[in-house]
Amino acid sequence: MHERQAGKMRKVAIVAAASRQEEIMLDTEVEMMIPLISEVRNKVGLDQSELGFTCSGSSDFLAGQAFSFVMTLDAVGPVPPIVESHVEMDGAWAFYETWVKFQMGVIDTAIVYSYGKPSPGSLQDVLSTQLDPYYVAPLWPDAHSVAALQARLLLEDGVVTSDQLADCAIRTGTVDNREEYFSQPIIADPLRQADCPTYADGGVAMILASEGKAEELCDRPAWITGIDHRIDSHHFGVRDLTAVPSVRLAAQKAGVHDGPIDVTELHAAYTTHDLLLRKEMGLPEIPDIPQGSYPIKADTLMASGLLRIAEAARSIWGGDANRVLAHATAGPVLQQNLVCVLEGGDN
Amino acid sequence: MTEIRLPSSLDGIEPVQSVRTPIRMEYTFTPGVAAQTYLRAFGNKKILGNVSPVDGAILVPPRGADPRHGVLCEEFVEMSHTGHVGSYCVTNVPIPGRDLDLPYISAWIFLDGADIGFLNLVAECPPEKCRIGMRVEAVWKPDEEIGMTAENILYWRPTGEPDIPFEAAGVRGWHARKAGGENA
Amino acid sequence: MESNERLSAPLVLEYPFTRTTGPVIGAFFTGLREKIVLGIKRQDGTVLVPPTEYDPETSETLTEMVEVGQVGQITTWTWVQEPRDQSPWDAPHALAMIKLEGADTPLLHAVLVDSPESLEVGMNVRIKWREETEGHIKDIEGFIPVEETND
Repeated sequence: MHERQAGKMRKVAIVAAASRQEEIMLDTEVEMMIPLISEVRNKVGLDQSELGFTCSGSSDFLAGQAFSFVMTLDAVGPVPPIVESHVEMDGAWAFYETWVKFQMGVIDTAIVYSYGKPSPGSLQDVLSTQLDPYYVAPLWPDAHSVAALQARLLLEDGVVTSDQLADCAIRTGTVDNREEYFSQPIIADPLRQADCPTYADGGVAMILASEGKAEELCDRPAWITGIDHRIDSHHFGVRDLTAVPSVRLAAQKAGVHDGPIDVTELHAAYTTHDLLLRKEMGLPEIPDIPQGSYPIKADTLMASGLLRIAEAARSIWGGDANRVLAHATAGPVLQQNLVCVLEGGDN
Repeated sequence: MTEIRLPSSLDGIEPVQSVRTPIRMEYTFTPGVAAQTYLRAFGNKKILGNVSPVDGAILVPPRGADPRHGVLCEEFVEMSHTGHVGSYCVTNVPIPGRDLDLPYISAWIFLDGADIGFLNLVAECPPEKCRIGMRVEAVWKPDEEIGMTAENILYWRPTGEPDIPFEAAGVRGWHARKAGGENA
Repeated sequence: MESNERLSAPLVLEYPFTRTTGPVIGAFFTGLREKIVLGIKRQDGTVLVPPTEYDPETSETLTEMVEVGQVGQITTWTWVQEPRDQSPWDAPHALAMIKLEGADTPLLHAVLVDSPESLEVGMNVRIKWREETEGHIKDIEGFIPVEETND
């Protein structure tokens, strides 16, 4: 455990997770989340009244409805009244809030979930509204263009090469080979189709439990041994877009380098982000074990980050890995970053 | 407040104090699985409710879930077109964007057999005559105007039948039935 | 309607926001209305454009606004072939970060050229103002290559 957290922190683990992603989903957010929430509760044999805390992440503009998370609580069954919170962030930040709640010593179990359904609206418009409302949002730059502005800086400065982007696209499965990559249309110069995410509707739910309880609920709990999140300025012009100090610091504070990492689950929606995140966190460009899934192939705003944490936990439960890194990002071009280390407890 | 030093080129110039930044977002909204089923039936002048798999409670309109328990509701039941007023409100101020004669009555309509109500208009009834427990029936649009939309029912009007007792009206009825069930 | 056809309906959300600007952003927009560009000086003498009331890195209060040039260099760019409905620009255009003379940080705006072939990092561009200015980021219609201007 990292020095900042050593000794003082309660041990908390992920003991169950369920997720679903589809390009277009007919179900409402409630209809989508009920089976996932039921699945994780059933896995551990706890009903809602036995869970100490419920925390979710979602976006109102994505849902097209104010306070949309309140309706989604129908999927939880908040009767009798529950202890509940919500973040207008990716569920990874709801996960962090829940971890803090465990550290307060007031809960032993919790459910965390998040979801996004971009298919009914314009995700590009929703993402534009998160930008500086005076100077940038009125120009409505789309997310791919903003990523492309960063990509050109990375290429011009030699931080990445187009061959590296091609190899990353192959590794993450958006193309099969370099020839296919270089024949892909450029959709936001210099980014090609294979560099950019495909969006999906989806959701993820998970159960957390503290030491003493977690072992009862799961054969091999995925223990959170380090977690931290940091933020860079939202002013594009002030940031050096070829670097991500926030993720570097978050990785350091989460203790990523205190031991070997078996699997990295990166919330990288663009090839440029995958390469930049690896560089900033000092991770090998070509990992030994692939991720459980890749956001670039199915990115679900508000859920992709929590899904990374769920996939990381799955690699622990499956016994494939003993120490894994999960990363989540929010905001334009990797502005906010959360890094979490999970361990299976092998010596 | 901190004094901001400006270049002399702005001396004596009226400062900008606000900026218009309107946003507009378009969605193609799709109802979920339960709402699709409901709307298709509604387009044939049928009102469907959901049956809770937990305790058989009938929820109208159906949302595909029993929100008390967080479980899917996949069973539908056809409802009658009559019910009663569970509670109501008389409004004397106009709503922007809606052309309603003032005053108008909004009410929680509880269909016969339903455990929860929904908000709708009551008309053909002077406001001073409206009351909790009053029996009402649906007044549909002309058949040629019926579609898969929540606007099919124009309003609800009194049937003239005897009232539901106050104690059994609206959610009081549901709570009373639950209490009875638990005691039984 | 076929029973298996998915129902849908349009939903439009509109928010007619009018935001107060405060003294610094307000001064920047006042400048745009008068067709000049203002930045703000940081403690180390560097100049932020567009300006903020505080140093985004150290959070120190900033107070000294200065005029910067109307010509600058493209630091990075991308090409928008099909502008979305919301975009202020109907025609294909570049989006770019442009560092104006006298500024130390670049601002995001459009470069109005016909094709991406002519664009490169380091290229000099200048502001093209709208005829009617009101104190808005869109008072700048976009940037155009310096060599194409005749005035």
